Amino acid sequence: MPSFEDYEGQVPAWCPGCGNFQILSTIKQALAELGIEPWEVLVVSGIGQAGKLPHYIKCHTFNGLHGRTLPVATAAKLANHSLHVIAVAGDGDCYAEGGNHFLHAIRRNPNISLFVHNNQIYGLTKGQASPTSAKRTYTQAQPFGYLSHPFNPLSLAISQDCSFVARGFAGDQEHLKELMKAAITHRGFSLLDILQPCVTFNKVNTFKWYRDRIYRLEDDYDPYNRIKAFERSLEWGDKIPSGIFYKKDKETLEEMVPTISEMPLVRKKFSVEALKHEIESFY
Amino acid sequence: MEVKFLDYTLRVGGEAGQGLQTIGGALAKIFSRKGYHVFTHQDYMSRIRGGHNYYQIRFSDRQVMASKEAVDILLALDRNTIEIHKNSVKDGGFILYDSESIKKKFEGPQFIDIPFRKIALDIGKNSVMANTVATGAVLGLLDLGLDVLNGILRMTFEEKGEEITEKNIACAEAGYNYAHSNCTRCEAFGIPEPESRKLLLIDGVRAIGMGALMSGCMFYSAYPMSPSTGILNYLASRAEEYGLVIEQAEDEISAVNMAIGASFAGVRSMTGTSGGGFSLMEEGLSLAGMTETPLVVAEMQRPGPATGLPTRTEQGDLLFVLHAGHGEFPRVIFEPGTPEQAFYLTNKAFELAEKYQIPVFILSDQYLGESEWTFENFDLKRLIYNDYRIREKDLEGAEGYKRYRYTDTGISPLAIPGEAGKHIVVADSDEHDEEGHIIEDAETRIKMVQKRLLKKLPQIKKEIETPLLYGDSSPEIVLVGHGSTYGVMKEIVDIYSKDRKIAMMHFSQIYPFPELDRFDYIKLFKNANLVISIENNASGQFAKLMRTETGFEFTHQILKYDGRPFTIENLKEEIDAFL
Repeated sequence: MPSFEDYEGQVPAWCPGCGNFQILSTIKQALAELGIEPWEVLVVSGIGQAGKLPHYIKCHTFNGLHGRTLPVATAAKLANHSLHVIAVAGDGDCYAEGGNHFLHAIRRNPNISLFVHNNQIYGLTKGQASPTSAKRTYTQAQPFGYLSHPFNPLSLAISQDCSFVARGFAGDQEHLKELMKAAITHRGFSLLDILQPCVTFNKVNTFKWYRDRIYRLEDDYDPYNRIKAFERSLEWGDKIPSGIFYKKDKETLEEMVPTISEMPLVRKKFSVEALKHEIESFY
Repeated sequence: MEVKFLDYTLRVGGEAGQGLQTIGGALAKIFSRKGYHVFTHQDYMSRIRGGHNYYQIRFSDRQVMASKEAVDILLALDRNTIEIHKNSVKDGGFILYDSESIKKKFEGPQFIDIPFRKIALDIGKNSVMANTVATGAVLGLLDLGLDVLNGILRMTFEEKGEEITEKNIACAEAGYNYAHSNCTRCEAFGIPEPESRKLLLIDGVRAIGMGALMSGCMFYSAYPMSPSTGILNYLASRAEEYGLVIEQAEDEISAVNMAIGASFAGVRSMTGTSGGGFSLMEEGLSLAGMTETPLVVAEMQRPGPATGLPTRTEQGDLLFVLHAGHGEFPRVIFEPGTPEQAFYLTNKAFELAEKYQIPVFILSDQYLGESEWTFENFDLKRLIYNDYRIREKDLEGAEGYKRYRYTDTGISPLAIPGEAGKHIVVADSDEHDEEGHIIEDAETRIKMVQKRLLKKLPQIKKEIETPLLYGDSSPEIVLVGHGSTYGVMKEIVDIYSKDRKIAMMHFSQIYPFPELDRFDYIKLFKNANLVISIENNASGQFAKLMRTETGFEFTHQILKYDGRPFTIENLKEEIDAFL
């Protein structure tokens, strides 16, 4: 069985007190508890503070471009579906730069997990508004306050019948770990939006701000009810629900591609001999 | 003694949606199956219905590789075709049309009025079969027999049932007989029986696709864009049979990142697009450069800027592709001149991409992409396949695996994540250390640039073949070109070579620019009286590249930027002006 230590990566360069530390250690715990070995996992990230996570965990990693986490992760899964693929992104990374890919990953439904570190602000670029920032958030780049309506990733995902939609909180690691384990073991595309404070640039949405508002969905909550899930995903204010909002059992992308049903694409042997007759089709 | 070759041009014109591609495609196939060499090119508008399009087929008893303006047979499916093209028809040529359908009767010895529609209604009970009648009529005019067409009809209509198939066959025969008996001058064609030979008929996009397939490419992601879509369609049509994964991405950014993701995961991968889509792929290209992920990109050019002329041709992206992507990293650019070159160069693209862990381009255009050529054969023994990927057995006893290990060659071991035992594969778009982890120190940065770029470059340069010299070996006139102008330049050389010392210098392995140590082509240029650079663009991009790389400056250039390919007549006219 792998241990937490087996996943030990480099020393993080995040700000002291950043919610990313809890998210990182929770991922390692979840993977270790699931008995998944580091060489069985691929973590793909983009750019941002969340995007640095691959360097702080020991497993296969691909730290790509800002916003482009999901295309890389989806294709890697198609190429080798025996890997557990986890896409890690920030709110700017996934919901702004990578918004289009987010939409289409939900539609494709590859069996990968998407963990979005959502701190409602841009950290790496030092404090601009993100798609999830509250309206009228004032930053250096938003002199009149942020004028766009905040993006609701959960509602969008549920509206598109996403296979697994959940929200966690970096400050509730026990719960977050269970959500991560559920997402990783879920068959299909799983979105886990993780609320976390940015201790440097977001002075509003602090640990305390979240703690005062976040509660867990009730034990008898039915995640298979899409309409109810949508309703609950709209709750945001004095009370913010966390947990698994929505689940839908459906075929995954890899299951629907017949050419990889017998073995992962990467293990297929190639020989030009086997293709010789192809040229006949041009005569 | 001058040997006269059989050399006919057939042009099928009409509106979009009238079935030009079906008729043209069938006739091209019939000619090649009969043993004639074929060259086709398509001229069409960016619309689904209406407008004016044509499909041109040149067929001969020797290999033909460019289009001519002068037409022997014009098959006109609408009145517009006759108005536009009648002056291109040679004196002894024919115009086949249906006066009843186009509601106009034309007089003159060239015109053969055939009631395509009426025959279709009488015999097939369906006007849709008018195209089958017309196809049969062309064959009747040429007295070529119906055997091959009947075979094609049987295959095409197999799914629609026996009745439809038989009606089509009857329509073809009626068209054939009508043309045959109503053409009083058809013996003028005097078509000799071709050699009995098997010829393969293939266009550029399929040659690229088959080249990829036969190089072990198993993953192709793309967003549809003319004229690259043919690669996507071809590979998709072969996916089930050969076990490929084809993904239509949500945009080109996704397409290139997917190809990189699949390649990182251990599968030979490719993406394809045209200039506009490639603009979106630039950051991904740079990612492949930084992460040293093997990647093959087909960039099928069409005239820009922006949307430009979507269905037409240009060589306008050479310098764009050369400089695309931020930062400094090695790349290779191939620009094939024929479908055969496209096939082998795509294979070489995969070999170099995998060997050096770099992006490699197949740069082509609408003209080559959608032109069909005939060849005796493609020699599969010439294909290269070396597996450079590292698996568990290759790492037995190895200490720690490092994705970006410093080596003498700059090439680091490329392990497959999950297939390399317990070894971990780490790739990073940030500057990184040997393990693949983010760094910022100057010393590592310098070593990585040396590893990734400076050490690999001299080795990659050695892989590049010298340009092809065709014609006189110490020429007075040299036509210099790259990519899709190969065919027209070569035919021009043949035309002039009877009374001039002329040669073509064709570049298909464009970058790294061919070095002079194995073949001093600059010396050859300097010894000639007239060296002309020929390009399908407005600014002479290849000439600029030549000057940058060798210092040689062309004094004569022929540039065509109307969105159309060179034809033999119009290139000859331009060259004549310099003589």
